[in-house]
Amino acid sequence: MTKVRVLVGTHKGAFILNSDAKREKWDVSEPLFAGHEIYHINGSPADPNRLYAGQHTGWFGQVIQRSNDGGQTWEPVGNKFTYEGEVGTHQWYDGTQHPWEFKRVWQLTGSLTDPDTVYAGVEDAALFRSTDGGLNWKELPGLRAAKGNLWQPGAGGMCLHTIIFDPSNDKRIFVAISSAGAFRSDDTGETWRPVTHGLKANFELPDPTAEVGHCVHNIAMHPSRPNVLFMQKHWDVLRTDDAGENWHEISGNLPSDFGFPIAVHAHEPNTVYVIPIKSDSEHFPPEGKLRVYRSRAGGDEWEALTKGLPQEDCFVNVLRSALATDTLDECGIYFGTTGGQVYHSSDAGDTWAPIASNLPAVFSVEVQTLP
Amino acid sequence: MIRVMLPQHLRTLARVDKEVALQADGVTTLGLMLDALEAQYPMLRGTIRDYHTQQRRQFIRFFACGQDLSHQALEDPLPEEVVAGTEPLRVVGAMAGG
Repeated sequence: MTKVRVLVGTHKGAFILNSDAKREKWDVSEPLFAGHEIYHINGSPADPNRLYAGQHTGWFGQVIQRSNDGGQTWEPVGNKFTYEGEVGTHQWYDGTQHPWEFKRVWQLTGSLTDPDTVYAGVEDAALFRSTDGGLNWKELPGLRAAKGNLWQPGAGGMCLHTIIFDPSNDKRIFVAISSAGAFRSDDTGETWRPVTHGLKANFELPDPTAEVGHCVHNIAMHPSRPNVLFMQKHWDVLRTDDAGENWHEISGNLPSDFGFPIAVHAHEPNTVYVIPIKSDSEHFPPEGKLRVYRSRAGGDEWEALTKGLPQEDCFVNVLRSALATDTLDECGIYFGTTGGQVYHSSDAGDTWAPIASNLPAVFSVEVQTLP
Repeated sequence: MIRVMLPQHLRTLARVDKEVALQADGVTTLGLMLDALEAQYPMLRGTIRDYHTQQRRQFIRFFACGQDLSHQALEDPLPEEVVAGTEPLRVVGAMAGG
């Protein structure tokens, strides 16, 4: 019998939310790794029982936890993230060069085909890979060779937060880094180049040809159309139809030019979801109305989805990894807020209901559709 | 034998009770004690001292025999009572924040 498992990372632990395919009744787990920041908890696409979680506190640093039984039991695995070779430097806030320093893991994304192969996106921005189930991690230093000396941390830290594999080309990987941009590898992560042509940031980056320095917040792909990517950036929502070679704006009638997450409908590659947030320092929904916006046209034309969501006095944020979809016939959409709510829609966004309302601030939401 | 008391989060991580006993012949310094602790409980690597610098993480403190040992060098000798196992060494998550 089909089930849905929602993996929620929060400021103070992880939670697993379970339901059957009707998605009407939900079981909310006890907190896992209570008291720790869980930036990301994610399942392997190759084995849904294999889960990885990044556990962090300022006191005890980074720990990676692994489950082989769908989250029933966990064991700590490797947590040694050492930059390869000369550590090197990136640009600091004052324009000087500053050495790379590992701070935390933001993203854990499993290989599409091997449950023991998992990638970690970290702060200070770099990409690591483990091929033994998280026991040992090795950096893919070619990424930082892509003009890393010009990368500069933003307010949220210089983090690698998005990792996407091309299901039609096992050598192609996309990543996105806050305040640095979007990058692509066509050789399984050995070499990388920026894919940012068409991105604009007129105030921060007067040079219209700047390849790095773009504050990319999130990227989404539909597996049936891997050359089409959708991007939520610090400014605007964009789209590429050629695997990142060229981007163009599709913000259309969105009420804000800012937001963090972006997602694609599981069965409709041209249906895209964003959650506009008011920039810059406020970081809450415009007009105090929590609205998911859906475009069924691949962008430009957006409709506000509000039924079941608070439409007054709502001042939460929705972070970049906190929007996800299931793959049931009637596609489910899920997102978590910094106010500790996890909302879901089991009709592609037409209506919404809370699954949980009082969790710690939500950092990430991932969804597994289980047979 | 050296007795080490761990803070709650590290006890959970290492799956141990409040106090652990290290079979640690010849361990006479804080650095050697941490080596022995991490050898016996590998999951604690990186959580007490930084992986790269091997220095104490900033919000970790070491106490023993009524003394704060946090700022002593890792090569400095431990108190005799700790080496003898009559007093525990406490690893503490420091108060931090408001």
